[in-house]
Amino acid sequence: MKAQLLDSARRQPAAAAGGELVAVRQPLRRNEPMELRPELFESVEVNLSAAQRRAATLTTRRTVKKAWQAAWLVKAIQVIDLTTLAGDDTPGRVRRLCAKARNPLRHDLLEVLGLAPGEITTGAVCVYPTMVATAAAALAGTGIPVASVATGFPAGLTPLADRLSEIRYAVAQGADEIDIVITRAHALTGDWAALHEEVRQMREACGQAHMKAILATGDLKTLTNVYRASMVAMMAGADFIKTSTGMEAVNATLPVSLVMVRAIRDYRERTGVSVGFKPAGGLRAAKDAIAWLILMKEELGRDWLEPGLFRLGASALLGDIERQLEHYATGRYSAANRHAMA
Amino acid sequence: MNEIRDILKTMEYGPAPEEANIAVAWLDSHGRRFGHFIDGRFTDAGQGPTFESRNPATGDKLADIAAAGKGEVDAAVAAARAAFARWSKLPGNARARHLYALARQVQKHSRLLAVIETLDNGKPIRETRDIDVPLVARHFYHHAGWAELLDSEFAGYAPAGVCGQIIPWNFPLLMLAWKVAPALAAGCTVVLKPAEYTPLTAMAFAELCNEAGLPKGVFNIVNGAGTTGALITAHDGLDKIAFTGSTEVGRLIRKATAGSGRKLSLELGGKSPFIVMEEADIDAAVEGVVDAIWFNQGEVCCAGSRALVQEGVADRFHARLKARMETLRVGDPLDKAIDMGAVVDPVQLENIERRVAEGVGEGATLWQPSWAPGLKGSRGCFYPPTLLTDVEPASRCAQEEIFGPVIASMTFRTPGEAIALANNSRYGLAASVWSQSLDIAFDIAKNLKAGVVWINSTNLFDAAAGFGGYRESGFGREGGREGMMEYLVPAWTKKARALPAPPGLPEPLPAGGADAGSLDRTMKMYIGGKQVRPDWGYVYPVIDARGRLVSEAGYGNRKDIRNAVEAAHAASAWSAMTGHGRAQVLYFLAENLEARAADFTDRLRHLNGGGADRARREVAASLARVIHYAAWADKYDGAVRGPAPNMLSLALNEPWEVMAISCPDEAPLLAFVSLVMPAIAMGNRVVVTPSPTKALIAGDFYQVLDTSDVPGGVVNIVTGDRDQLAAVMARHDDIACHWYFGSSEGSAMVERESVGNLKATWVNHGKARDWFDAAQGQGRDFLFHAVRIKTIWTPFGV
Repeated sequence: MKAQLLDSARRQPAAAAGGELVAVRQPLRRNEPMELRPELFESVEVNLSAAQRRAATLTTRRTVKKAWQAAWLVKAIQVIDLTTLAGDDTPGRVRRLCAKARNPLRHDLLEVLGLAPGEITTGAVCVYPTMVATAAAALAGTGIPVASVATGFPAGLTPLADRLSEIRYAVAQGADEIDIVITRAHALTGDWAALHEEVRQMREACGQAHMKAILATGDLKTLTNVYRASMVAMMAGADFIKTSTGMEAVNATLPVSLVMVRAIRDYRERTGVSVGFKPAGGLRAAKDAIAWLILMKEELGRDWLEPGLFRLGASALLGDIERQLEHYATGRYSAANRHAMA
Repeated sequence: MNEIRDILKTMEYGPAPEEANIAVAWLDSHGRRFGHFIDGRFTDAGQGPTFESRNPATGDKLADIAAAGKGEVDAAVAAARAAFARWSKLPGNARARHLYALARQVQKHSRLLAVIETLDNGKPIRETRDIDVPLVARHFYHHAGWAELLDSEFAGYAPAGVCGQIIPWNFPLLMLAWKVAPALAAGCTVVLKPAEYTPLTAMAFAELCNEAGLPKGVFNIVNGAGTTGALITAHDGLDKIAFTGSTEVGRLIRKATAGSGRKLSLELGGKSPFIVMEEADIDAAVEGVVDAIWFNQGEVCCAGSRALVQEGVADRFHARLKARMETLRVGDPLDKAIDMGAVVDPVQLENIERRVAEGVGEGATLWQPSWAPGLKGSRGCFYPPTLLTDVEPASRCAQEEIFGPVIASMTFRTPGEAIALANNSRYGLAASVWSQSLDIAFDIAKNLKAGVVWINSTNLFDAAAGFGGYRESGFGREGGREGMMEYLVPAWTKKARALPAPPGLPEPLPAGGADAGSLDRTMKMYIGGKQVRPDWGYVYPVIDARGRLVSEAGYGNRKDIRNAVEAAHAASAWSAMTGHGRAQVLYFLAENLEARAADFTDRLRHLNGGGADRARREVAASLARVIHYAAWADKYDGAVRGPAPNMLSLALNEPWEVMAISCPDEAPLLAFVSLVMPAIAMGNRVVVTPSPTKALIAGDFYQVLDTSDVPGGVVNIVTGDRDQLAAVMARHDDIACHWYFGSSEGSAMVERESVGNLKATWVNHGKARDWFDAAQGQGRDFLFHAVRIKTIWTPFGV
């Protein structure tokens, strides 16, 4: 744990260029586990059509144009967990990703935006446990956290002891954040006590590393299940709740996200603790990023527009944002080959 | 200063303006002066009086509009009349093509229409773009379909004729569509008066009509304010008036059209309840309030303006609602990221301010978002979203329509109390119920007195689903099959002849001349299942066809009607019975009527004169009619509409509950049966006055009722002077519907006197009806008038 802490501190830059812009990347106050209190969620039922209607009108009620759009897209970059979770990941591939995380935008674009080189980075880099050491080395001194999936990602059906030891491994390798997956069976059968206990143990295993709990909402199916699982994960100490692994049939959707952020609001009302939110899977277009930023601002407020409380789990999204920002800068529609690969 | 860096700190939305340049160019192309649209041509704004149309968001003048006087209204009506001859004769398919072309034109010019509407009305471009204009196109498409299907789906009906239509300023183009599309589909032609605050999209639509090749004169516009409207409602050349607007003006129109024979539909005000049950998804309900009362600045007749929240969740609900109100954005309606734009006019803004102050004066607690003071001093008519809590039913802000972004909130303890509070209103336009329990939601929906009920939703509209009110929210429906009925009349009525004036009632004095020796037979009234003497203690002689006294009948007065109405209200179990149960009672009634057929035949011979054959024929026809409606009792079902795949929309045929029926003199038994049977078959309880001069037939009939298990209070019979009693019934505020079949003067009186509670009326205007004829004397037209349609919307999904 100690080593990891030092490691993380070492990656924190002493004084970043344009320091005011360095967003707080993790919650200032961690979410300590509490006992399971079913009365806080068992009576809640979510109405699907109402959630769908709210989700559908979020982006018809709000929009950002011109400089505001550009700034919001920069903000989106700052909250991206730039991710590679593929069977063919290699240290080289991970280093390339980290380089992109450090310099997500072409220098001439930064100039047009009035931003300094190095001022903008992604929120984190997200990799498999065996890639953590490579990523940590590649990001040394940048302050960019390394996130690792763990716990038998994506299905989470390996023995609990193995899953917990996987967490400890990743943390020891230098991970600042651990994205765990829940046992869907517990949620699907309503065994909230089992879910609570499992996530609590995972949180314990994380130690100083922040924990994001992936609910795999595409497997939970109903919004009521999503709400309840969100509450249980938070009661068990999740610092973030996250929609998907990216491997389910349905990944991040706005209605599901709406329900999760409302659970975050409810949890905060009860405990005073702000839990973060991370949609992941299928977020590819710049306008998706704007939609989720609007959701956060509308439902939770300004505080949830910073990487400390909001992340976008994505790999291809950054490329589209770069193209849109070049369009802002030049007035011409851009092409992918004009921007560096991740 | 660095712009991007600053925005990254605040993460504000920034401006997102919709360009108005093309709409402005359109205004300029008309010289910012508009006359009328008559016979396919735009008239010159001319030298006559004009009024200004202003942008309520800025106060800037948009255009000068001519105000139509008698000459212009006459010209428009004449053009519509001339066009009617050809238009109404066109095959349905040809009219369908025209309506389809209009739908297409609206779609093609959708953004222009949306921007003009926003400029003129002040509503957000988001709403005109996403809601108003798409619904307009949808309405024309849907009604293109009805034009195509008219002959097969409405066999036996004819277009009502030339229609005068007066629309409000809150949804200018959408209300035009709701009025014009069904009229044109039915084969009617139109003279439309847009609201004086918002005439512009109607003029743009007129251009589209010309572009789409709509025959000239089919659609005409006269601009102007209330005085122009009054010229329309009083115009002899019109066959139908349709109005959407305030209940106050609705009353004036009801009076102005009384006795004219013009068909009338009124879509009026409301104070619609928004009911939040403790098991509701509270977040869903909070967002529902946004769609209910902060839609269109709250300037919506069916706005959920009266929140009723179950006590246990009220604090949580109000806290979340306040938090949500903080994030609403009010401002330039052309900004795409605005929730509420400008109120239509400074006059309306003052109205809202006054009514809110009044509510606070009566004890309500006012809550507005922290940013609300920032709206003060704006050039535009902006009013913040407003929540009034601690409101009691006795407060005016709980009873009267504010027509602004103000919701008055009250609490209740039980579902039953929610229903009672919801129905504690003169209005009955719409209601919204929030509950995750289907049992509770449907029970409440069923018990609400409202024309539209949205379960877990609010302010949803579709051309296929009927919209319209109960009570003082008006009568008639817009949309769907029922909406088409407002522009159609049974074809035979076009040729109906006038009846001779009915004879007056003899003085309530002894007449003498009865058969000596026969035992006196006293006919009483029949109220609450009991034979009762007239309150007044007077009787009038009933004379037979040969001028001989047959008996005396009670000379009923207002107190007899009052008692009968109370008895009818008490018999509410009849309305709650199954159709099957009512059918059994009616079949049994037919049995007993048949058993006494000879008596009835004798009586009819006596009263009517003429041979035994005619009397036998009337008895047989009456018997058949009872069976006809026994057959219908469990079959006149509502309909299921599917406006969206995850939406069930039910059109329920609900009884008026307590109805008044004034029977004619001709065919005294058959007409009585033809009117009372459909009414009670549909679950109504009736107060009926039989033919005064042949009242005895009702005396025989109540004996049949007595032996047929018809519960007391379902049919209440008051004898006496038809028009005197009809006046009392028309004025009675606890009668929901009145059918009058008598003189033209009586018809006019009933329509005129119905304004108190704006009850629905169905009168014969002194015209004859062949009660023996199946097309005229029975069937769906009677059933249609015997029910009011409630549309229940239920979205579903998991």
